[in-house]
Amino acid sequence: MKTQKRKAMFVILGLFTAIIITLLISLNMGTMRISPVDVFQTLIGNGTDQNQLILFDFRLPRIVIAILIGAAMAISGAILQGVTHNELADPGILGINSGAGFAVVLFLYLTQNSPVSAVFVLPLTALAGAVLAAFLIYSISWKNGVTPIRLILVGIGINAAFSALIIVFQLRMDPDNFTQATIWLSGNIASTNWSYTLALLPWILILVPFTLYKASTLDALNLGDETAQGLGAAVEKERMILLLAAVALAGASVAVGGAIAFLGLVTPHLARKLVGVGHRYSLPTTALLGALLLIVADTIGRNILSPSEIPVGLVVSLIGGSYFVYLLMKS
Amino acid sequence: MAVHSAKQKNSDKSRPFVASMILILGTVVLILSIALSVLYGAADINLQTIWHSVTQFDPTQSAHQVIRNLRIPRGLAAALIGAALAVSGAIMQGMTRNALASPSIMGVTAGAGFTMAIALAINPQPSSIMMMLSAFVGAGLGAGIVFGVGTISKSGLTPVKLALAGTAVTTMLSALSSAFTIHFNIAKDLSFWYAGGVASVQWVHVQLLAPVTIIGLIISLFLAKSITVLNLGDDVAKGLGQQTVLVKVIAIIVVLILTGAAVSVAGTIGFIGLVIPHITRFLVGVNYRWIIPTAAVLGALLLVLADTASRMINPPFETPVGTVTALVGVPFFLYLARKEGRGL
Repeated sequence: MKTQKRKAMFVILGLFTAIIITLLISLNMGTMRISPVDVFQTLIGNGTDQNQLILFDFRLPRIVIAILIGAAMAISGAILQGVTHNELADPGILGINSGAGFAVVLFLYLTQNSPVSAVFVLPLTALAGAVLAAFLIYSISWKNGVTPIRLILVGIGINAAFSALIIVFQLRMDPDNFTQATIWLSGNIASTNWSYTLALLPWILILVPFTLYKASTLDALNLGDETAQGLGAAVEKERMILLLAAVALAGASVAVGGAIAFLGLVTPHLARKLVGVGHRYSLPTTALLGALLLIVADTIGRNILSPSEIPVGLVVSLIGGSYFVYLLMKS
Repeated sequence: MAVHSAKQKNSDKSRPFVASMILILGTVVLILSIALSVLYGAADINLQTIWHSVTQFDPTQSAHQVIRNLRIPRGLAAALIGAALAVSGAIMQGMTRNALASPSIMGVTAGAGFTMAIALAINPQPSSIMMMLSAFVGAGLGAGIVFGVGTISKSGLTPVKLALAGTAVTTMLSALSSAFTIHFNIAKDLSFWYAGGVASVQWVHVQLLAPVTIIGLIISLFLAKSITVLNLGDDVAKGLGQQTVLVKVIAIIVVLILTGAAVSVAGTIGFIGLVIPHITRFLVGVNYRWIIPTAAVLGALLLVLADTASRMINPPFETPVGTVTALVGVPFFLYLARKEGRGL
């Protein structure tokens, strides 16, 4: 136990350092190169106006958003995997992301001519969509209980249905909104600004610590329903609460960053590999891994085909998808 | 495997009479639906004009032009593509004994989209034949990866693993295609090919599609008996003296030809290849000699009707026909997932 704790502390510290380093590299890369010295000068308040604009209004909010969404998606995946005893659960595969996406597209469609002051309403809309999707998946796969495999298959179906509905409403929008929605749906944090960060922040600040606090409950649930009951957990109630937290985290992230696939699937696996199965250490590791992966993916997306930007969701799909295929081959 | 054991009760024998009735009636209904699809559209045209445009074509009349050059090829293409996709699905499900096997789930369509994106990046004005060839290659690529993942994996190719690998490979290949289209600024061109449905079909497409589909259908009819045997399991098939590897190779080639041709003309149209074979098996039993022609007729019928519906949802705009088939197919998929969930 003690060695596991030391190992976990080591991993968490390492990830933290990696995030800081990536953050600094990410700050000086981009269409406009800013040297590390200038980055430093700007950060302590001595930069040129242009550098200040680029760093504080474009790059920094984007990096902060990447950290928040990365952590949220990763935690959401970890909860889903713990609650369903299924290593393949993830908000993307289960259709929760596309449910949230559908709600947002519907909202944009209904309000397309009123100027969007909707920054703070969008997370709520997405949340409603995510809850709807989760409810559908859970109730359709319910047949004397929910088996993990049925849950996943139903999720794949729900995913396809919501994706089709998204297209129906998207096509009814005018071309500008259409393009905007397309870019957003492929998982994109390019056009972000501080108000999005502010809109997302409360969700993360409440739900992530809450989940960390529930780590022991997740451990109990992961042992199976009977054992968890034996250990004194109110299984159905706890599962409901944790599921809601997972759905809310996914919904809020989708509202700001679009549907980013595979992040919630891959990071809990990596975390378990690094620090073992106990949620007390694997949850914070998962969150940090998610944040790190998303900053790296966003930096790659911004620079690899510069000057055109690849939405971060596509980069994550490629990295995460390969790992997922690897997992499938091993299992 | 599960699908066959679960369905054993009501479909363990073949029903040639039902099958022949469906074939005859289905063909009649199919012709009527094509006529309906020609009749219905943004420009209002009555039956008499349609008849005249076929019998006494007058190039100066725009209505005749619309019917001859837009609506008739469109209806025919929808029928051919529907048949091609349904038959590919039937062959895939029969061969792998997997209830969830179908072109859109197995990464075939996403693979075709990926290579078409590359073809467009290399040459922004490609010929129809070039697009079709690249779609074949891509269809093979997608299916190859998904099958490869399943085969390498230790516990073999279970239906769930197939669905998951298909989802993952589809997501990755679509991500790559999107990255390409964004970088080379060909998003619009690709969506024209990829999500176009059968809206922009011209005679040249039908001329390419028709022979390929018909040849594919004929080969699959010849394969039908072997697939029925293969569906009993590899061991049984080998015991009966079948060259299973040869049959599988030919079957895969037929699937790729049929799917590639369909995707290169109409883009991704999901769920026909999944849903129709199940309905067909339910109706006509387990003999693939009857399943394959019946699936072809029913698939053609479904796509022609879906295409007509796609014009009615939001007139005068068109909804991609793949969306319509997805909305029809998903409830069925969910039903399968619920029903087979235990055994999969």
